[in-house]
Formats: sequence, structure tokens, C-alpha cells
Amino acid sequence: MQTATLPQKKMTPAEMSLIVIFLALAAFCTLIWARAWEPAYGFHAALFVVGSLASAFAIFARFEQRDAEPAPQEIDGKPNYNIGPIKFASIAAVVWGVAGFLVGLIAALQLAYPVLNFDLPWIAFGRLRPLHTSAVIFAFGGNVLLATSFYVVQRTSRARLAGDLSPWFVVLGYNFFIIIAGTGYLLGITQSKEYAEPEWYADLWLTVVWVTYLLVFLATLWKRKEPHIYVANWFYLAFILTIAVLHLGNNAAVPVSIYSSKSYIVWSGVQDAMVQWWYGHNAVGFFLTAGFLAIMYYFIPKRAERPVYSYRLSIVHFWALIFLYIWAGPHHLHYTALPDWAQTLGMVFSIVLWMPSWGGMINGLMTLSGAWDKLRTDPVLRMMVVSVAFYGMSTFEGPLMSIKAVNSLSHYTDWTIGHVHSGALGWVGFVSFGALYCLVPWLWNRKGLWSLRLVNWHFWLSTIGIVFYITAMWVAGIMQGLMWRAYTKLGFLEFSFVETTDAMHPMYVIRAFGGLLFVAGSLIMAYNIYKTIASPSAGEVPEKALAREGVLAPAQ
Amino acid sequence: MATTTSKFSHAIFEKNSILLVIGVLVVISIGGIVEIAPLFYLKNTIEKVDGVRPYSPLELAGRDIYVREGCYNCHSQMVRPLRDEVERYGHYSLAAESMYDHPFQWGSKRTGPDLARVGAKYSDAWHRDHLNNPRSVVPTSIMPGYPFLEKTLLDTRSIAARMTVLAMEGVPYTPEMIEKAQVDLIAQGAIDSNGVDAMQKRYPRAIARDAKADKGELTELDALIAYLQQMGTQVDFKIYDDKANIR
Repeated sequence: MQTATLPQKKMTPAEMSLIVIFLALAAFCTLIWARAWEPAYGFHAALFVVGSLASAFAIFARFEQRDAEPAPQEIDGKPNYNIGPIKFASIAAVVWGVAGFLVGLIAALQLAYPVLNFDLPWIAFGRLRPLHTSAVIFAFGGNVLLATSFYVVQRTSRARLAGDLSPWFVVLGYNFFIIIAGTGYLLGITQSKEYAEPEWYADLWLTVVWVTYLLVFLATLWKRKEPHIYVANWFYLAFILTIAVLHLGNNAAVPVSIYSSKSYIVWSGVQDAMVQWWYGHNAVGFFLTAGFLAIMYYFIPKRAERPVYSYRLSIVHFWALIFLYIWAGPHHLHYTALPDWAQTLGMVFSIVLWMPSWGGMINGLMTLSGAWDKLRTDPVLRMMVVSVAFYGMSTFEGPLMSIKAVNSLSHYTDWTIGHVHSGALGWVGFVSFGALYCLVPWLWNRKGLWSLRLVNWHFWLSTIGIVFYITAMWVAGIMQGLMWRAYTKLGFLEFSFVETTDAMHPMYVIRAFGGLLFVAGSLIMAYNIYKTIASPSAGEVPEKALAREGVLAPAQ
Repeated sequence: MATTTSKFSHAIFEKNSILLVIGVLVVISIGGIVEIAPLFYLKNTIEKVDGVRPYSPLELAGRDIYVREGCYNCHSQMVRPLRDEVERYGHYSLAAESMYDHPFQWGSKRTGPDLARVGAKYSDAWHRDHLNNPRSVVPTSIMPGYPFLEKTLLDTRSIAARMTVLAMEGVPYTPEMIEKAQVDLIAQGAIDSNGVDAMQKRYPRAIARDAKADKGELTELDALIAYLQQMGTQVDFKIYDDKANIR
């Protein structure tokens, strides 16, 4: 087909070997599918077969369509940024976000109205709750982190993302992991480790994806044209590295058979509890904090058009934060059978952790110095600033709850749920929304968002929703904690357990209402982003934010 | 940029990604190593007690269902040494009581009550009614109903493979226990069968019940109840000396 004048198009070794690997994986998974002990596991093997074949086909189709030469590193002396995978992850974040919030709302309603479990295995609360937590943390948050990290590392390194197929492998492979994890929960495949529920084969797959992610990120840093690695990238790097370590440590398991989804964690009892919360708390510390602090360090200065407040503070709080966070896990195990020395260490370091957390908050907020007026006119910036305020609030509440005396009341109650959501909805949610609102016009080369008015609606609906949510949970948690320990004059426990459950009902309804507002806000965001992408391109006139940087990449 | 006058400049981390990687790995390793590693060798981490044994095959099958349904999302298995909890649930939980739990099920939330000592508190019939329809016995319960457990026959084929893996991980299942796994599982669900004595010899105080296991009618509900009914009953706290294990 090729004419002699054109350069001969050849498959790269990477394309060729990946096609072979995917075909081999498809064959291997077909074998497992045929011999699977459980239907649900067979279904997952089938998904792997379909995914592998689709990948092999996609690589081939891409080869057919692409130019003979690989994508240039630079065009006209400017970096030729790779934005395809970022676009995909951004849209995936919006879709998973709405889905994850919605599942959360359903789970909240199930607690208020248990009839909504419908006596069905697949949607009982015990299976939906991990679906909700994984969908919001790993599907929504994870895709936001993938999108922003690939964007920020390119921009701040002034270099095209390393690798040709690997960035796509990371983004698509990660989302495939999400599908395996999510469908697994509904089908009853779980190893019951909170926030690490996916079984061994999903964990193995994620390990491959994650190592590739680390390599793409590092290799892009190695190509950088800037002498210094920008502060946001320190946080991304710490997040990627630490999550890898935690993932491997907490998911050490032996499968019952290669034909079974079931495995048993190698750790047991008290050691397993410690490993789990070493993982669990640092999923918060590194996935939901370090990663999103990286977002804060790029998007807030960018949007506010102000430099980061303090370089020195960013150094101090970076190292202090990553050192201290790792110690905080045992505060999830106060008064349990974990030895007291470990509990005490966990409490002390959790309290000290307050300082670097607020160091980050101060650095984020003070970046607004001289630009505070923008909060009145720019709802996107307002969203990000409020997120940092929520970060400050929940990182004060956390150390408070880690004090053993407080924890004896708060633990096992909805106070914890409220605390998590002030961090998750307020901090992670809002800073993600802000980043997405910035990213989408930049990536699709639009003048700006379709509607700032809708951003305003999103902001206020969500903020009010969060307030309803967390106040309901504070009341519910403290009330239940007090009722559990209430005694009558005669020295008997005053309330049976179910009486405390009954007392929670109004709070559960209010919480669900708050969640409804938050879901409504996210739907408005999805519509706004859809309309922004559907609006005409800014053409040759780049958006101000990009023009200032002077390195606008042609959108593909 | 760093305008520091001291000899050390943070720029070294900012200009060398490998040093940054190493720095991060060192800094994040310390806390984990200090908090986790000693738990594997400090002898007073797990108390010395009599009575804690590995789960019988039927109990293990029930435990796997407990894990599968995500019961840990709402029920803790960890009684804290606080006055109200000890009076509500029973003796505070010992580390030894979950030493064969892969993974642990201590939980983090009590949407429902703690289950560490639920064993032998209610009858099998109560559990059956409760799991089928929680509101039939606790009118304002918010627990989901699990009627499908009673309608699903227990898949017992992989029980020996499961015990083999657990034995590899340190649970003291003997080769004999693994060999007899299937037999013991059926015996515990068929109280009149011949194998009950042998099963109870291998798993002291494991309660056999009439679940028509010998007729092939053993359900997932039966297994789950077998697991729930042994919970927190293995240690005899009448003779347990907590002073001997002060840590």
C-alpha cells in the first residue's frame, strides 16, 4: 500500500511486544475463564479476555492510522504536550465522580430506609459501601490525580510525557482496574480490607499499572527542561511511591487457587490490623492528601496568578508531612488489642501531624495574598480556596479525634464518617472540581468554561450539602457515643443498642439530603463540562492562562 | 529559589529525581518499620491463653461468607476495655482471639452492635429469623435482609484448598485436618452423623447442628450461623488470668 516515496512505516518494538503480551494474556485468561471455580471469577476472566483483545486491536488500529514518525517532542521549539490520556482521565473523573456520589447517596438512604436493600445480595449495604468508597477515592480521585499529574509534570518540566503507549496504558489500565474492583464488590468478591477490598488478581494488575505510572512520571522528569523539579511534583512523586509501598504491604495474599478469586491475607489478627491501618490511614495521607496538595500547588497559583506563598514552608511541610503521616495509623485502633505503645505512638504523631497539615493550608491560602478580590468574581478559585479551608478544618478535627479520650467516644460512631466527608467532599472534592474546571478549557482549547453561573450553583449547592452532611454526622456520632455509655441512676446501661440506632434516624435523613445536594451539584458540573467541550474551540486565540505560559500545545 | 547560606541546599533534591525518590522512600519507611516490625517479635503482643483454636471447616466457610457480604462494614469484632462495652458485650477482646484471622475483622464502625462475643447469646433459630428478615426480631433494625443465604447451597468444594493456604500462612491446620476437611464440614452440619466426635476432637467445642448436611441441604446460612455462634466463645474467661498477661 505504501508508495516508495513515503518513509516505510514500521511497528515499534513496544507496539509489537505489547500486542504479543496482550494476545498471550487473552489466551491465558481464556483458560482461567474455562476453569474458574466461581462464576463471578469466570466473569472477571472474561473481562480480562475482552480487555486484552481490545487493547491488542487498539494498538494495531492506532498503528494503521498514525504517521510513520513518532509524535515529535517539540513543535516550533515548543513542547508538544501529550494531552490525549489527560482528556480521557478528566472525563472519566467526571463520570466516576457522579456515579460514586450517587452510590453514596443510595447507601445513605439505605441506612435511613433499610427497605432499599431490597433483600438482594448485589446491592445490600455491605457490598455497596465499598463500591461507594472505591468509586469516589480511586475512580474519581484517582482519575483526577492521573489527569492532573500528567498535565502538571509536562507543563512544569516543559517536556512531552515520556512514552508513547505507556501513558495510555496507565490511564486505560487503571480504569480497567476500577471496573474489575467495582463489579467484584457487587458480585461478592472482596478481601474485606477497607479501601483495599479488590482481590489478588486485581491487585496484581494494579501493581503493573502503578509501576508503569511511576516510570512514566519519572521519565518525564528526566526529560525536563527546567533545572528544578517543581514542588507539585514532589507531592505527586511521594504519592505515587508511597501508594506503591502501601499497596504491596497491605495486599500480601496467597490465592486459594489460580482458578479462584478467593485469597487469604498473609497477615493475621493484631499484625494485620496494624498493617491495614498503616495502609488505610496513608491512603488518606498520600492518595487523598499528598496527591491533592500537588493539585493545590499547581492550580491555585495558576488560577490566582500569584506565586506560591512560601518556598521554605513548602519544603518544611513536605518532608514533615510525609514523615509524620506514616506513623498515624494506630489511631484507628485505640483501645483495641493492639499494644498500648503502638496506640500511643499513633496518637502522638497524629497530633504533631496537625502542624505540617496546617503548613500546607497556610501555604495554599496565603498564595491568595493580593488576589483575594478574585474570590468574588471567580467561583472556580473560590471552590479551591474553600477546599483548602476544609482541609484545614478536617486536619484539625483529625488530630482531635486521635486523642484517646476523644476517640473512646468518637470511634465506631458516625462522627468518623462526618470527619471523613468533610475531608473527602470539602477538600478532595472541591479541589478536584476546581482543577477539572481549570483543566477542561485548557485541554480542549476553549476560551473558558461554558458557564460560570453554573459553577456558582455547583459551589453553593455542594457547600450547603456538605454542611448538612457533616453537622448531621457530628450530632449523630456524638449522640450515639454518649448513648452507648449512658447509665441509669441504678447503674445499668440506659439504652439498648437498637435504641441508639432509632435515635439516629433523623440524622440519617438529613445526611442523605446533604448528599442529594452534593450529587445535584456534581450533575451541574458534568453538564457544564459537557457544554464546555461541545462549545466551539478558541481557535488561534489561546486562553489567557495558557498565553501567559507561552507554551500552548496544539490540541489533538 | 534557595538562597540559603548553609552548606546543605534543598536544591539537591529538586535537581535530582533519584535522590528525591530515595529521600521519600527513607522518610516514609521509618514510621511503618517502627510500628509494625516489633509486633512480629515482641512476645507480649499476643497473650498466652488456652482455648483459641483454628476455625472448623464449617465455621471457616461461614467466615468467608461474612467477609463476602461485607458484614465488617457495620459490625466491629473488638470489645474495648471500657466499662460500658464490657457490660454491653462481654470481656474485652484479646489479641489472641483473632490470631488465626486472615484477615482480621475488627472493623471500624458500629452501625450495628459489636459481634466479638455474639456467640451463644442467641439461638440458631433467632439468627435464622434475623438474617432472613432482621425486622422480624428487631422491629426497628436497619440491617439488610439476607434471605438468599438460606436459599443458596453451600459450595464446599474448595474448603480443603482454603485450609491449605491458611496452613501455609501459619494457622495450625494439620494435614489430617485438611484431609478430613470435607468430612468434618458435613459432620458439623449433621448432628446425628458418625463423624461428629472425630470432628469435635479436632475442633474442641465446635457445635454440631442439625442442618441436614448429610442430605446435601447445607446452606450458606448454616455456615454463617456456625461462624457467628462460636464467636468469642473459645476462651473461658472464668479461668482466664488477665494479670498474667499485663503488657
